[in-house]
Amino acid sequence: MIKRKFGKFGGQFVPETLMNPLMELEREFTKARNDEDFLKSYNYYVKEYSGRPTPLYYAENLTKRLGGGKIYLKREDLNHTGAHKINNVIGQVLLAKRMGKRRIIAETGAGQHGVATATICAMFDFECEIYMGEEDIKRQSLNVFKMRLLGAKVNSVTSGTKTLKDATNEAIRDWVKSVEDTFYVIGSVVGPHPYPTMVRDFQRIIGDETKEQIMKREGRLPDYLIACVGGGSNAMGLFYPFVHHKEVKIYGVEAGGLGVDTDKHAATITKGSMGVIHGMMTYLLQDEFGQIFPVHSISAGLDYPGIGPEHAYYHSIGRVNYKAVNDDEAVEAFKLLTKEEGIIPALESSHAIAYLMKFAPSTNKDDIIVLNLSGRGDKDIHTVSNIIGGDMDEE
Amino acid sequence: MKSRITEKFNKLKKENKKALIPYITSGDPDLDTTVNLVLELERAGADIVELGISYSDPIGDGPVIQRSTQRALELGTNIDKIFPMVSKTRANTDIPLVFLVYYNAIFVYGIKKFLDRCKEVGIDGLIIPDLALEERKELNEMMNEYPIDLISLVAPTSENRIKEIVENAKGFVYCISSKGVTGVRDQFEEDISSFMDKIKKYTDIPLAIGFGISDENAIKKLKGLSDGLIVGSAIIKKIEEGIDDRKVEEKVFNFAKKLKNAIEED
Repeated sequence: MIKRKFGKFGGQFVPETLMNPLMELEREFTKARNDEDFLKSYNYYVKEYSGRPTPLYYAENLTKRLGGGKIYLKREDLNHTGAHKINNVIGQVLLAKRMGKRRIIAETGAGQHGVATATICAMFDFECEIYMGEEDIKRQSLNVFKMRLLGAKVNSVTSGTKTLKDATNEAIRDWVKSVEDTFYVIGSVVGPHPYPTMVRDFQRIIGDETKEQIMKREGRLPDYLIACVGGGSNAMGLFYPFVHHKEVKIYGVEAGGLGVDTDKHAATITKGSMGVIHGMMTYLLQDEFGQIFPVHSISAGLDYPGIGPEHAYYHSIGRVNYKAVNDDEAVEAFKLLTKEEGIIPALESSHAIAYLMKFAPSTNKDDIIVLNLSGRGDKDIHTVSNIIGGDMDEE
Repeated sequence: MKSRITEKFNKLKKENKKALIPYITSGDPDLDTTVNLVLELERAGADIVELGISYSDPIGDGPVIQRSTQRALELGTNIDKIFPMVSKTRANTDIPLVFLVYYNAIFVYGIKKFLDRCKEVGIDGLIIPDLALEERKELNEMMNEYPIDLISLVAPTSENRIKEIVENAKGFVYCISSKGVTGVRDQFEEDISSFMDKIKKYTDIPLAIGFGISDENAIKKLKGLSDGLIVGSAIIKKIEEGIDDRKVEEKVFNFAKKLKNAIEED
């Protein structure tokens, strides 16, 4: 058995119908993660199918430009389907196969998790249904088309705010009904236990590889880790193997939207309070009666009013520092990395870069900073061109 | 002291009757109508009334109840307005009143403050659809000090958990008829009677079946298996039908009356 909570956070706040299925999932996951054959096939697919290990790239130009410590980028954007999401999907779908399920469901915000899930389902021949908010479907039409090409059914969610949180509600509602033959692949370190732990364990390969790569390259651990946080799976994947190394300082970057003092942001830790959403106790953006606020971020993947319970815990004990950067800072960072390094980052990852831009100049030249470049920006080109518009020709 | 819920079931048992337990959302279509609806439901023969407290993210509810709670939220309904509504209702009736409330509302309001207010206004029970056994401990201990029953829920997937769930059950046990969220369905679990038998093995507390009971036919089919029947989405549909021509009370009364007749006829 795995522990159900991270301090006061996590747990299983779900309808009774899901309790036994969650316990079965926990048992099967516990067995699988100690099973050589299971780990062998996970390692096989993340390597041969998704292209791991991803490089830890020394961003020399960016380092010079910002004038502080040495900046390394963990290139999760080079995974198959363009983001870290696939690490977790490979793990969960292999587990679904092992458990004899026939159908896969998932929620998606930006569509990255949906595309990764549809991709793996195409490869393993699973029936696949994706829940996506109506608003996100409009913002991310390319990913919707990809999912359909891959054979997935994309269900438009019109309840509530019509975004990621509502897509998650709808996926949970599906699961309550279909739990016998259906596996719910959650895309981040959120949801009821054991999901936050399970997703972390399928994503920690990011941090494990980073550790090995930086030791080889620099002969020591980094001084700083930086990653963006929505639900928080790419961040947890990088952070987790370093958490017990107290000398490594860790920064999670939330979406500040139009500013954390406006009502249009998704800075859960910066501005939230404790409460329950999607089966977990965590920090939330909510009013005095526990109604969840609609949130905003330029990046659909960070547009979430909660945060993984393990992040909430690391915040509560002061192990990880959570900061917020705004939409416009993320767009500037998007442009900067593209120009300096020839790498077009996802708008989610651009938040981490934006914080790096503020932070790196204050570090020493011999400091080492690792930033998780969680995804590539192809999906966001349309959004960014709408914002900078005419600038594109002039610059 | 026995709760109003327990007294009600004792009385029904003596008369060899089953309870009709309708659900309505507090504040749909508005709080004044909610007061009237409770009284109309009682007049139609309801034995206990479930009052929903809207939550922005109700993962246990289907589209009909989602629409209802959404309407209430859009009108600005909140807990601080719901408590006075319950007081007003309580001044006119002794019918047992049970809140259907997601845990976040209680947690954020403050557990003790919430329970104090419930006691003050005359709430008799709480149904918390997302608070399973494992997360109940804190609330359970606090509730020993209050004359309020925390209703236990058993699902078709509960199996080996049933014994522990019903062990300390109070008021009645909410037996979920089938997998899925709230809402009208065409069919129930095939073996609903063996499901009910399993629960009866472990408890003498009254059992009420809920989820998917839409009309007289469902009632006739299920009444022999339980001590009470819970009807939610089908009632809300009557509220929806009545909103435009302002006949909410009348539509709900007539429907509840039909359900009651179905329960009482042989």
